[in-house]
Amino acid sequence: MPNYFQPDIECAPREKLREIQSQRLVKMVKSCYENVPFYKRKFDAMGLQPGDIRSIDDIVKLPFTEKQDLRDTYPFGLLAVPRGELARIHASSGTTGKQTVVAYTQNDLDAWATGAARAIVAVGGRREDLVHVSYGYGLFTGGLGLHDGAEKLGAAVIPVSSGNTNRQVQILQDYGSDILCCTPSYAMYIGETVRDKGIDPKSLRVRIGIFGAEPWTEEMRREIEKSLAIKAYDIYGLSEIAGPGVSCECQEQAGMHVQEDYFYPEIIDPVTGEVLPDGAEGELVFTCIGKEALPLVRYRTRDICSLTHQVCRCGRTTVRMQKPKGRTDDMLIIRGINVFPSQIESVLLDLGMDPNYHMVVDRKNNLDTLEVQVEMNSHMFSDTVRNLERVGKRIEGALQSTLNIAAKVTLLEPKSLQRSEGKAKRVEDRRKF
Amino acid sequence: MQIQQLSVFIENKPGRLAEITEVLAGAQIDIRAISVADTSDFGILRVIVDQPQAAVAALKEHGMTVSLTNVIAVGIPDVSGSFAKVVRLLSDKGFDLEYMYAFISRDKGKAFVIVRVDQGQKAAEALQADGWEILTQDALSHM
Repeated sequence: MPNYFQPDIECAPREKLREIQSQRLVKMVKSCYENVPFYKRKFDAMGLQPGDIRSIDDIVKLPFTEKQDLRDTYPFGLLAVPRGELARIHASSGTTGKQTVVAYTQNDLDAWATGAARAIVAVGGRREDLVHVSYGYGLFTGGLGLHDGAEKLGAAVIPVSSGNTNRQVQILQDYGSDILCCTPSYAMYIGETVRDKGIDPKSLRVRIGIFGAEPWTEEMRREIEKSLAIKAYDIYGLSEIAGPGVSCECQEQAGMHVQEDYFYPEIIDPVTGEVLPDGAEGELVFTCIGKEALPLVRYRTRDICSLTHQVCRCGRTTVRMQKPKGRTDDMLIIRGINVFPSQIESVLLDLGMDPNYHMVVDRKNNLDTLEVQVEMNSHMFSDTVRNLERVGKRIEGALQSTLNIAAKVTLLEPKSLQRSEGKAKRVEDRRKF
Repeated sequence: MQIQQLSVFIENKPGRLAEITEVLAGAQIDIRAISVADTSDFGILRVIVDQPQAAVAALKEHGMTVSLTNVIAVGIPDVSGSFAKVVRLLSDKGFDLEYMYAFISRDKGKAFVIVRVDQGQKAAEALQADGWEILTQDALSHM
């Protein structure tokens, strides 16, 4: 039986959602024009008046905002409220390039917490649960995002933050956490630690995992579900929009429901900027229609995915986004071919191996080279060089057929790669351009 | 009739062999014989010890990839041509020899050759039937 945190919004008729979106967009565009010189200049240059935006359908008339715009106006140039109105500041985790600063009013924080609370309920969380937050606390939005969501729901938060994995496991065991929230790579590490300690994952009370802040694959989901004996759900967010809870899966695990009364999503062709229909893959764009402090207009996330407006089996009418394949920023171009690190993860998990890997991209004699370092585990190990070389060749073959480029596989000793407590760093690009 | 050999995966990096043998030393394990098969990236360390199970436990505890492999330890007298006869016999009976190495026992004039073949049990029986000494796990532990 599905539960909802706010059924009147989450299961609202589409017409009602559009009405809310239209009202909020009109208000937001007016605020942008009046309070953010950057937007006033942009609108004026296009000959666009705030009055031209009358409903959500007019959103296509608005210009895009890019990450670079946030950098150019660092730190507070895009704010639409005076600093005195702010309630909190976060900064992007700096996955790529210089960090970007974002700010929230109290209303913005409430909206974000509401989104995160809806997410926790959508995956089966309850007021009675203990929510174990192993995302990092700090400028990164992960920790406080789920923290506030759990509090908004009325659940109890265990604010463990990331790191000290032995203690994470101890708390799972002793406190009986019901829900675990962290990055998927850290969930893998916690699962590995549980196994190494000889703990039966079924003996742990935890039943739900809410994982996000980095791309992960279906194969990795199954691996985590097995290693911790839980159901693992994908949550999405980015600090520029809010943080985790912008969208999240429901128990159907069939795409992430976007909290579209606050965050309006579109999919565009990344080259032409043209809006694409449901089902088509393209770049995800968000407009923060409910936001006061940082009302970004058509912000290009660089995440590649698609949307569907079909009503979900869970009963929610909100639009769902497919799991992003990867951020265009994470994509490597190796010998002219697009490679996402998540593809390597898929290949390894498909072969029954742990997804602990490190990619080294280099350029030798004007040719790009890709080396994938993989940890040996006891079930791949064999006593003869011939068999071990066969293991390497098998991985190389699978990588070649998935990536369409040749990769050299190097076998490493177990646990020799650094484990991630936050976002995993799996790529080393030594090429100099 | 076969004995158990430890096979340990090692990356080719400085100090690894020292670390592994220190783990064995720390667990009071006596090494009888040792051999390394290597490629440019990794190697397989093969070790014959007095207490294989305890050695595996100690290495696993230190996060190493280790497995046990059955091998034959054939006693060879210090007489010219002895070893050639062993290899000839294995070859004539159609056993595939995967790898081998040797150690000398404290008994004067006796060497042991560690042989890994595809059908170890049958090979050991064939050698024994031909009059060669096959070392048992028990005998090895008490050497």
